[in-house]
Amino acid sequence: MSEWLTRGGYAAISVFVAATYGLLLSGIIARTLARVQGRIGIPVWQAFLDVFKNAAKRTAVSHGAMFYLGPVFRIAGGVGTLLFIPLLYDSEVFGNFHFAGDIILIIYFILFGALGMALGAGEAGHPYSAIGVGRGLAQFAAFEVPFGLAVLSLAIQYDTLSVYQMVGAQQGGVANWTLFTNPLATAAAMLSLLGSTGYAPFDVVGSPQEIPTGPRTEFQSDFISLMQLNRAIFAAAKLVLYMNLFFGGATNLIELMIKTWAIYMVPIAVAAAYPRYRIDQSIRFFLRVPTWIGIAAVILADFLYNVS
Amino acid sequence: MRRANRKDEQELANDGLTYPDTEYFCKTRPVPVGPQFKAMEAVRNWARANSLAVQAFGTGCGAVELRPLMTARYDAYRYGITGSPTPRQSCVFVIGGYASVKTLKRIVVSYEQMQNPKFVVALGSCTVNGGMYWDSYNTINRIDHYIPVDLYVSGCMPRPEALLAGFVKLKELIKAGKCEGANRYIENLDWYKANQKRVIKNWNMPDYNW
Repeated sequence: MSEWLTRGGYAAISVFVAATYGLLLSGIIARTLARVQGRIGIPVWQAFLDVFKNAAKRTAVSHGAMFYLGPVFRIAGGVGTLLFIPLLYDSEVFGNFHFAGDIILIIYFILFGALGMALGAGEAGHPYSAIGVGRGLAQFAAFEVPFGLAVLSLAIQYDTLSVYQMVGAQQGGVANWTLFTNPLATAAAMLSLLGSTGYAPFDVVGSPQEIPTGPRTEFQSDFISLMQLNRAIFAAAKLVLYMNLFFGGATNLIELMIKTWAIYMVPIAVAAAYPRYRIDQSIRFFLRVPTWIGIAAVILADFLYNVS
Repeated sequence: MRRANRKDEQELANDGLTYPDTEYFCKTRPVPVGPQFKAMEAVRNWARANSLAVQAFGTGCGAVELRPLMTARYDAYRYGITGSPTPRQSCVFVIGGYASVKTLKRIVVSYEQMQNPKFVVALGSCTVNGGMYWDSYNTINRIDHYIPVDLYVSGCMPRPEALLAGFVKLKELIKAGKCEGANRYIENLDWYKANQKRVIKNWNMPDYNW
């Protein structure tokens, strides 16, 4: 009993750290993009204020039960994803609930929030929400293909479906990172990350100028506050997952921050340079080069590592 | 019987709607929601003042002054001012100059869809007394008669610097707890509705756009 309480407490600390880091990271990124545009930019703590301000609104309008459950599913997806990814390798506090085969569960959890959001946005009844959800799920199906293939390649390479064991296999020097032992899988997954972070050129899902923030159009007050919080947790979880799978994991929080920040700069650098794709262009992009690289990664891994 | 009467009072008439539409809109009359827990309210007001989401609805020629604010020269983001594409998530409504009667209808809808602490900045002389459009057949003269205004930035047109100074002043007012326009609107809803219906002839929407 006390062991479960301890692990629950540790998990709560993990979620808190991830939420704080995710909110801070969004401020850092906004400021970086502002510098590219020759501005000073928002204060780095702006995301905390936005979450607090929206939670402090005095009124909220609901459209029904599913409208309430949409943000709840969303944050359940974000926290669920985080709880099965070890934040730090070989750490008791930030180890979280890893088990054999957790990468399969994580991939499902990543989709869970998006589906919950689709149901919630559907009940809002706004036509732009429906368009945003349609675009979001279509793009989701596209960028999950290269990511799934990359994970498959890693599963063959390390002969395991556990993120923890994959991190363990990469310890002992930079040369052991998947980035160098399996560059094709890393390339496919990094291209998939461009889509899943939702920055330009793949930001057509919630494009503010055309379909006012897409699926989130009707959400306000506490609902949007919860979703902003989830956005931070989910971003942190996804970055930690990428760091674990491809960049050797981390053994302390400073290393985690440096590595995840560096990974996040890849989609940001692309976003600062490219305009927006239409949804059909975006889907075609993911189903061509990244998917081919992913298939090559699986074939190569099977050829090199599958000895049986 | 008395309860029934009170319930009738709390419901909106929604006279402008015809049959199928009457089923789709909420009839409940909004109630003012004041600040709770004074100590917390100071912290909340500080957060509200430093996170101003401006609704992206350019209602008149003054809207052109909003665009430069977000660019590198003025960079309003420094002050915690961001744009919000939907009224649901925004808290500041900038009335950009003259409001034609046709636009006023949309202003009312957008304003009512914003959630309770909401602030209105009226930009330009046209919002004060009609300005150069004061005898126009299809613009209103005082926006204050139709929605409550927290702050005026006068001029024709005011420079972006003036608007930025207005935002800084608005932040001071919010921190002082003086921006209760949302509650003022609901407390005097009948007066505002009578004014709005006087100028908007084709009133085919509910009396309060929830």
